Amino acid sequence: MKPFLALIARDVRLGLRDGGAIGAALGFYVVVVAILPLGLGPDLNLLSRIAPGVLWVALLLSALLSLERIFHADYDDGALELLATGPLPLEMAALAKSIAHWLYTAVPLIVISPVLGLLLNLDPNAFGPLMLSMAVGTPAVSFLGAVGAALTCGLRRGGLLLALLLLPLYVPVLIFGVASVNAALGLGGSFTAPFSILCAFTLATAVIGPLASAAAIRGALN
Amino acid sequence: MFKLVVKSLRCARGGRVLIPELSFTLGAGEGLLVQGPNGAGKTTLLRAIAGLFRPDEGTAWLEGADEEKTLAEQCCFVGHLNGVKPTFTALENLRFITSYFEVADDAAIDRALESFGLEAVAHIPAAYLSAGQKRRLGLCRLLLMQRPVWLLDEPSVSLDMASQTILATFIRRHLAGGGMAIVSTHMPIDIGSSRVIDLGGHSGAAEGVWQ
Repeated sequence: MKPFLALIARDVRLGLRDGGAIGAALGFYVVVVAILPLGLGPDLNLLSRIAPGVLWVALLLSALLSLERIFHADYDDGALELLATGPLPLEMAALAKSIAHWLYTAVPLIVISPVLGLLLNLDPNAFGPLMLSMAVGTPAVSFLGAVGAALTCGLRRGGLLLALLLLPLYVPVLIFGVASVNAALGLGGSFTAPFSILCAFTLATAVIGPLASAAAIRGALN
Repeated sequence: MFKLVVKSLRCARGGRVLIPELSFTLGAGEGLLVQGPNGAGKTTLLRAIAGLFRPDEGTAWLEGADEEKTLAEQCCFVGHLNGVKPTFTALENLRFITSYFEVADDAAIDRALESFGLEAVAHIPAAYLSAGQKRRLGLCRLLLMQRPVWLLDEPSVSLDMASQTILATFIRRHLAGGGMAIVSTHMPIDIGSSRVIDLGGHSGAAEGVWQ
């Protein structure tokens, strides 16, 4: 357990210290959501209706920006070779690195979401369900993102490829995340059904993601 | 007593056979120098033993070791890349290694830094270190991880003469303590009486004694 926690702690510290990760993701999230009302005009009803979808799409795009960090830097500077000869199987190392990515990227994005909800005239009653659905859905973003990051190790300018590979896989997170917020807003449907599916999707990716990431890393190191 | 056994190893990269067939055993306290021209497969051999490269055929194992652990978990591999995080200080880099590998303590980190003459730059982010200092920092993990098999790929690259001597001293001390070391090198490095494998020209395992 100690190596697992040590790896999470290391990645979180690197993520916070490098600044590029958290700063870029947060900045992008804020800017995208902030300029949207400027383009759509001051129609408060329209904004509050589309707010859950906009916040979720912007969150996914922001998270994409920092996915490369999960493995690319470690691959480039040889730290991945060190981890591969370590006490943890690569699957567990990939799980630890995905959890760390969630901590330093998704958590700040989730925390700032209500503020951006205000910009979009989102009903304050929906802040709780919004943050809850994001907290449950974003781990899937990190687990799947780790697979993409592992597959694009060693590729120059793999960022765009990463987006093309991963955005289609994020569709379930987006659909059920937005559906649960809309249900909480009273726009139809129950909250429990989409929320449960979101939970199930995250749990499934928590198993599949690290296995696939480890296989991809073995290929990249070979 | 440990014994490293490499049996009928065959490695190919990009469709080109680098090592057609290689078998050797290395007993406790023995050093092995791997020589050969660029592209002969020295790095591939070391990576195969460290479990980073999957050979086409053949196996390697460590006799007399804890059977719960794979060979990779008994090896300390230092390749061309140092595995040093540029935003961490030298001290933080080593602290991660000791907590991740659950070895040594802070006193051992201080001793390792001192051994390689890095105590003055211990609190500087590794990005500001010179190539040679980063190399020395990467080599510090040999002393911390306490693993029986050292796999060193061109360890003397970017090291000054004094550091090369220090490194050779530590390799000799490791061998004297019953460890094993496989060193690929172009530069003469004095690690005591050791065997030599020349990978040049697919001649297989020609063995001799390094003077």
